[in-house]
Amino acid sequence: MTSTQSESRRKMSALEKRNTLIAYSFLAPNFIGFVIFTLVPVVFSFVLAFMNWSGGQNITFAGLDNFRLIFKDFSFAKSNLGIALKNTVFYTAMTVPLTLVFALGLALILNKVRGAGFFRAVIFFPYVASLVAICVCWNFLLMKNGPVNQILNAVGFNMKKSWTSSRDLAIWAIIIVSVWRNAGYYMVMYLAGLQGVPAELYEAATMDGANGWQKFTKVTLPMLTPTTFFCSIMMVISCFKIYDVVAIMTQGGPGRSTKMLVTYIFELSFGGENIATSAQYGVASAVSMVLLAIVLIVTFVQFRGEKKWVNYM
Amino acid sequence: MTDAKKTKHSDTRAIALTAAKYGVLIAFTVIALIPFVWMISSSLKTSIDVFSIPMKWIPSEFHWDNYLKIWERVPLLAYFKNTTAVAIIVTFMQILTSSFAAYAFAKMQFRGRDFLFMCYIGTIAVPWQVYMVPQFIMMRSIGLYDTIWALVVLQSFSAFGVFLMRQFYLGIPNDLSEAARIDGLSEYGIWARIILPLAKPAIATLCIFTFVNTWNDYMGPMIYLTTDLNKTIQVGLRRFIQAYSADYNLIMAASLCSLIPVAVVFLFLQRYFIEGIATTGMKG
Repeated sequence: MTSTQSESRRKMSALEKRNTLIAYSFLAPNFIGFVIFTLVPVVFSFVLAFMNWSGGQNITFAGLDNFRLIFKDFSFAKSNLGIALKNTVFYTAMTVPLTLVFALGLALILNKVRGAGFFRAVIFFPYVASLVAICVCWNFLLMKNGPVNQILNAVGFNMKKSWTSSRDLAIWAIIIVSVWRNAGYYMVMYLAGLQGVPAELYEAATMDGANGWQKFTKVTLPMLTPTTFFCSIMMVISCFKIYDVVAIMTQGGPGRSTKMLVTYIFELSFGGENIATSAQYGVASAVSMVLLAIVLIVTFVQFRGEKKWVNYM
Repeated sequence: MTDAKKTKHSDTRAIALTAAKYGVLIAFTVIALIPFVWMISSSLKTSIDVFSIPMKWIPSEFHWDNYLKIWERVPLLAYFKNTTAVAIIVTFMQILTSSFAAYAFAKMQFRGRDFLFMCYIGTIAVPWQVYMVPQFIMMRSIGLYDTIWALVVLQSFSAFGVFLMRQFYLGIPNDLSEAARIDGLSEYGIWARIILPLAKPAIATLCIFTFVNTWNDYMGPMIYLTTDLNKTIQVGLRRFIQAYSADYNLIMAASLCSLIPVAVVFLFLQRYFIEGIATTGMKG
């Protein structure tokens, strides 16, 4: 009895071993690449934040020096990190709500309208269009004598500058392009969310004599909170990672008016596009730790919030 | 009498509402498309006419030769070839390795599965910008700097692809794979003959998103590619813009060309894009 049991156990473990080997063979092609090109660099970036290195032979332990350096004389008006943080937060705070309002509005109109497929595709298209092409196009549209300024001048504004060379308007140029580009994407998310709102709720609301606006505020909006929550979290994270639009449209300028967190990391590691400075990999990694901390906090909020919303559903 | 009046009244209201809806939709369609229209119009003008006051939507003279000039100014053809190579190889590798690895995570029991999966999930949460510097140093030390292979190896093994495919596989009933196991099919056979055919929608979504993202990638090529002939279309276009910054018409013509492949893919597969996002929350 016991001998057969142990035998079967041995058999089981042999089978298990075989199974595990097969499973590893499935994982291997991806896993090896993943470990070498992603996991190792991720771990290394943590180490690098505490090192002094400009790419040469000399690599020394720096302790907290890199962090001290970036937080030295910290201020939102003067220090590089402060300005980058301020700009990134401002950009995020403007882009996220604006995009969500347009996305939700468009989704509500598109829901159950004839020809929805066509409009949906057209409004979504900017999201997949190549960034360099659309950024340079918007740069031209927002030029001194460009169409946008011509229209604004015609209705009584006095626009004398290209948006991207004005300290006040440059960041708005980036916000406009971002909202224009992302609205279609989040509209699709909202359309999916709207599919999940049961029709009975509207019927019940109609029977209770609710008008259109009341149905929107009392049924649609609350039922869409999970979508709104998910979309805003995703967008906040991607806004904090903003780089390419800035790199193509303003290169962080004029002055430092559109310098973002990633723009700063980039300058430190690769020397901005026009600035020839020696690489400061350690300092760059320290700044990227700040970015990581922000993203992780937001992700954590999502994790906690998602649980809450699931219960509520 | 009053009843008829009432229905008539609500009829006109409904019509007005529908008209308003279409009005708004058309306005937004125009906003979404107008930069592209302007791009086309400018690409056919002379450089001086691009910013003429008042603006002309239809050029007074069509300069089709702009589309010939751009190929002579910069090695645009090389850019296209490089980008196509990167996009196709990366897409193929991602589909292959992700769909393979996801099978183990979704359909097999083995020691260390949950831990390994946590490693994957953990790195998805870390922005690429955080570890681009160590990656760069690594690529430079193994001699892939300034080759498109740097982009290929960095983008071929995405954790996100594995995650996406696993989520989809989980929705495929286990009974199917177990029945096949009893019939004597090996795990590889189950993957190839049962799971993969059922996962077509997920593969299609991953495929087009990877292709478009790789085609549109700007940061990667900007870090890694310095020699002109090695560049991809996005950084090549950027170079064009910097070198001929006053030739607005040519810049627009080149920009338009860079958009065409993605536009074509989108035109034919837009259903997959949109449904893919809705079901997976896939972020480009």
